[in-house]
Amino acid sequence: MVRLITHNLLACHAKGCTSNNFPLQFKDIQIELREAEFNPDFLRGFIPRIEWGALTDAARQLGDTSLPSEPPDMLDDDFLQKLHHVLLEIHVEEGAMVCPNCGHVYPISNGIPNMLLAEHEIG
Amino acid sequence: MIPTPDLTHLNRGDYLHVYEPAEDTFILLDALEQDAEELRALAPLISLEIGFIGQILGSSGTLCITTDINPHACRCTQRTGIKNKIPIDPILASLSTPFYRRLQHAVDILTFNPPYVPTVFDEMEAAQVTAGITGSWAGGTDGMDITNVFLKQVEHLLSPTGRLYLVAVKENDVPGICERMRQEYGLQSTVVLHRRAGREHLFVVRFCR
Repeated sequence: MVRLITHNLLACHAKGCTSNNFPLQFKDIQIELREAEFNPDFLRGFIPRIEWGALTDAARQLGDTSLPSEPPDMLDDDFLQKLHHVLLEIHVEEGAMVCPNCGHVYPISNGIPNMLLAEHEIG
Repeated sequence: MIPTPDLTHLNRGDYLHVYEPAEDTFILLDALEQDAEELRALAPLISLEIGFIGQILGSSGTLCITTDINPHACRCTQRTGIKNKIPIDPILASLSTPFYRRLQHAVDILTFNPPYVPTVFDEMEAAQVTAGITGSWAGGTDGMDITNVFLKQVEHLLSPTGRLYLVAVKENDVPGICERMRQEYGLQSTVVLHRRAGREHLFVVRFCR
């Protein structure tokens, strides 16, 4: 499953690609929505791990504009529900992720991203 | 008590391409089960499992990521997640590489059941390129060629309270691994389980800060 929570943790790791290699840009994607169990404690704990700009940018690419440009000070249920949906319920099933720096394409097939590199691309 | 994952969705055809859970899988599951209470108390946010073990750490409170170089193994992990109603994110990748930048000091539970069987270098290398079932066991010199690459990533990944559970066999020189991790990275180690299974003398070693 490529959910935005996972996408927020993936960077390009091709040889020599060490700056501007995050976040990967989505391309030609198909998404599915699947309900997940809402766990507000997990979300509150996870917020410090999120690169917020990368998350809102990725959500926009998937057609979701429900999140504010900065995480609010008050983490109320309404906000956490939106965050829950964006992070955990949108699944990218097909398509690709492209490195903004070197242009390397990481394909996504049946919900599994292929992050492997050919031998000459390994740093 | 952590239930052993339901793997009835996997069949003979799958096990032509993916290593069938065996003693080394079960000793890792047993070690995690033994530490279950402590692990829950850690309230882990992120677990990263390298290689297919048939996941047990999942819940809505932990993000479970798995990596494997074998696409069949990734699909089996995906199906195991669905069968056991555990959200798992399988990623086709070598060790932790695509997460290395973003998961600095962020992984609470790291597990690795590596290809630990001593083989000639060429067999290990071919197994890595083919990314099939041989890659689940062919470990090269002393069975350590892949584990040695991974061990260099561990300190960078572990959160302040994070821990690594590593499967090893006697031929890997467990005391040597522990000493190296202490000297080079200041990580403490404990052998949490060891047992004999046929010709193999298996260990699970836990590393933490």
